[in-house]
Formats: sequence, C-alpha cells, structure tokens
Amino acid sequence: MYNEKVMEFFMNPKNIGEIENPDGVGEVGNPRCGDIMRITIKVEDDRLVDVKFKTFGCAAAIATSSMITEMAVGKTIKEALALTNRSVADALDGLPPIKMHCSNLAADALHAAIKDYQEKSRLGV
Amino acid sequence: MKSIYLDHAATTPMHPRVLEAMLPYLQEQYGNPSSVYSLAREAKNAVEDARKRVAQFIGASPQEIIFTSGGTESDNMALWGVAQANRGRGKHIITTSIEHHAVLDTAAALEKEGFSVTYLPVDGYGQVQVADLKAAIRDDTILISIMYANNEVGTIQPIKELGQVARDHNIIFHTDAVQAAGYLPLDVDRDGVDLLSLSAHKLYGPKGVGVLYIRRGVKVANLLKGGGQERGRRPGTENVAGIVGLGEAIRLCQGKMEERVERLRHLRDLLIAGVLAKIDHVRLNGHPEKRLPGNAHFIFEFIEGESLLISLDLEGIAGSSGSACTSGSLEPSHVLLAMGLPHELAHGSLRLTLGEENTEEDIERVLQVLPPIVQRLRDMSPLYKQRAKVSGA
Repeated sequence: MYNEKVMEFFMNPKNIGEIENPDGVGEVGNPRCGDIMRITIKVEDDRLVDVKFKTFGCAAAIATSSMITEMAVGKTIKEALALTNRSVADALDGLPPIKMHCSNLAADALHAAIKDYQEKSRLGV
Repeated sequence: MKSIYLDHAATTPMHPRVLEAMLPYLQEQYGNPSSVYSLAREAKNAVEDARKRVAQFIGASPQEIIFTSGGTESDNMALWGVAQANRGRGKHIITTSIEHHAVLDTAAALEKEGFSVTYLPVDGYGQVQVADLKAAIRDDTILISIMYANNEVGTIQPIKELGQVARDHNIIFHTDAVQAAGYLPLDVDRDGVDLLSLSAHKLYGPKGVGVLYIRRGVKVANLLKGGGQERGRRPGTENVAGIVGLGEAIRLCQGKMEERVERLRHLRDLLIAGVLAKIDHVRLNGHPEKRLPGNAHFIFEFIEGESLLISLDLEGIAGSSGSACTSGSLEPSHVLLAMGLPHELAHGSLRLTLGEENTEEDIERVLQVLPPIVQRLRDMSPLYKQRAKVSGA
C-alpha cells in the first residue's frame, strides 16, 4: 500500500515531540476524522531552527509529519511558507490517492504554527 | 520471523483436505452437471452430496439449499429477492444498523425503489433488543434480516428469540450466518429462520462459493436470469469444485466442533486477558460472553488503527481495524458507531480473529509485540499527552 520511503518515515520518524516554550504552535485535523497533527516551532533570525511534531493518525499522517519537520528546519519563514502538502507528498515519492486529502496535512500544520508565531511577534508576546 | 495470521473473520486458509477433495473436479471430473453422460453424472452427484451435507449442517432439506457465489450474493438474493417477490404484501423491511454492507447496501437500494427500511439500533455490546424488533413491526413488514453474529465485534444475536418474533407475526426471517457457521450450531427450525446465508471461505473452504438456504414455500425472486440450475433459482453452470470444497469444509468443521470451539475460546481468552493486563487505556468491544469464540476486538485510546495494523504487519502479524483509513472511506466502522463509540475511539480499533492454526505461542508473541507498538504510537500522539495532563490534574 505504501512505498518504501513512506514506510521508512513511518517506522523511523524524526523530530517527534514538543518544543518547550515554542515560538509557534500549529494544530490541524480533529479526532473525529482520525488525524491530528501538532507542530511546534522555534524561530531565530527569521529562520526555523527547530521543528517538532506529534501526530495521531495513520502511517501516511505520521510519515508526512516527520517529512515536513525535516524539510522545514533551516528554512526562512518565507521558504517554509512555500512548502505545500503536495511537495511533502512528492518528497515521500507519493502517497496512495485516498491519503492525499485526508492524511496529508503536514504543511497546513506547519503554516498554522508559523501563523501563530507571526501573530505572537506582532503582538509582541 | 514466523508470520501469525489473526484475521480469520476476513478469510481462512483452505484446509489441505478441502483442496484434495476439489482437485478431481478441476481436472478429470470436468463434466457439466446439467449434461446427460456419465462424466456429467459424476459432477452432478458431487454437487448433490455437498448439498445434502450443507442441508444436514443447518437442519434443512437438500431442496432448500441454493449454491451461490458467496455471502454477498446470498445476502443480496435474500433481501432483494424476498422484497421483489413479496412486494404485493407490503413494502417494509426491518434490519439492523450493524449488518454487513451486503445487507445494508441492498436495503439502501430497495429504499430507492420505494421500500421503507427500519434499521434497528444495538446496545453498547452490539446486541439487538427483542423489544426493539417487536416495536418496529408494521402491518406491511415483509422481511426481517438480522445477522447471526457480527463480523467486526463478534457479538452473537439472540437469533432464536428474534426468529420467534418473526414467526409470531408471520414475517419472513433472514439471517446472515457467514461468521457464525462452524462456530455455533445452526438449526433453521429451532431458530425460526426462513433464509440463511453462508460462505465457504470463512470455514477453511474456497473463495467464490456460498449458500442461500430458502425455506420451502418462501417466495424469492431470482437475481440472475438464465438456465434452470439450482431448481431454477440460481442460473449458471455450477461451481462444481467450489461446491465440493464447501461440502468437505463443512464435513471437517462439523466433526469436532465443540473441541475446536473450546480451543479457540481458550486462546482468545488468553489474548484478551493479556492485552487488558499489559496495556492501559484499552477496552474490549462486543459482548463479554456472547461473542464468537475466535474474536477479540479492542480499542486502544489515543492511537489510530491503521498505523497499528501496519506496525503489527512489520512484525509478521496480520489483523484488521475499523478505522476510517482501513475501511476505504472517511468514516470509521458503522458497527462501532452504532454501538455508541465516539469517532476518535472507533479509529483506534483492532480486531484479531483466531483460527485453527493459531497456538499459545502465537498469543504470547502478540502479547510481547503489541505493548511496545502501542506505546510507540502513543508517544507520537498529541492526544496521549493532553489526556495524561487532564488525568494528572
């Protein structure tokens, strides 16, 4: 069902957990539909220096979460905002069609975390 | 790594003796049972022997046994066929919210044709209440269809009591006994059953063959049009080898049913007790006693079923889940939802169904492998931490 790369990221995901005192938090999905992704970020000089995830969901949800954290670390906010769900799926060499919309939310979660960070910076929190 | 198959409710491996019995009918005994020469008579006799075997298995007459392509066709024929042949008497059908999709989707198709269908609720254990059935009966009710035992959670229905209600009201009663056959003694007269569906591949028989029992005198319209096979009720050249395989599978499982059931129950109870003891935030679904002997069905809180199944598969263990991801839709199992489970819990279900070839060592292995898998997924789950915080506060 899943390709080798997805399986590798599912079995050996990177950056699991939650950053303490994060600069931004993003959560998407809900338990009803079976997928929740929570991403926390640390930002220094407009760059993502740390990104961690926690995910409740299927193998695709976990693999895409891990992939987005790896893709995002080191990127500027602007570069990170250019990452899409599609680019995450492509980096995993593709997902089964049924998973493309339901479990492929990782970029949304990252963007939500960035938005949270931007909101907080604007308010000077 | 030894692979452990724990999905016998999905299908079973074919018994070697079943294959042995089938082989001649795939090779030298290739005659068409409808022809007149001796080669055909051999095939015809083999089909009729299997028919007698099936009839005896469920307490019916051979003339009441129709061979089909499997459980799905049998269920379709029972619902659609009874509805069409009896629509002059009424257009109301009663079934339950936990049936197999072969029943539910046929009922939905009949609704589009102007029939009205009542879907009985179930309690938290997945059981239908006799009082609910009584209350649902109307003057125009022509058919009641209630499964013998549920394929997901293994709950056994009070079929005899439900059948009595149908009989008291002179309503045709169908039961899908696909999961029950081979594990529970079936008797169509005792249970007041007018139609009953069976499938060979759940009984260590071949795929692609099943049975619809139709009580003498019950009117059922044909699904298929064609030749006069199966007393004109199911046209098409008989699946001779498959039917022979079904007969042999029934002969084998009939032989030592009590002993087999006892052994499965013992293994299942070891599995259930072990899982409940070794893992927290877990619950058993379905009825604690009135459940199929090989069925164990769990909910693991905070995790999702598909990732659990894939992790088990990597350890060589095959199971199934009612999570949306494995159902091919966005909704988790209709059975679990009907039992009142919230969506987030229904997503975290795991069904392990045991069979003949499983051993105590298999159960030990599962109990060794499963806890760390559940823990790994929980450690990744945002729900686990949130909940732990709440319970710690």
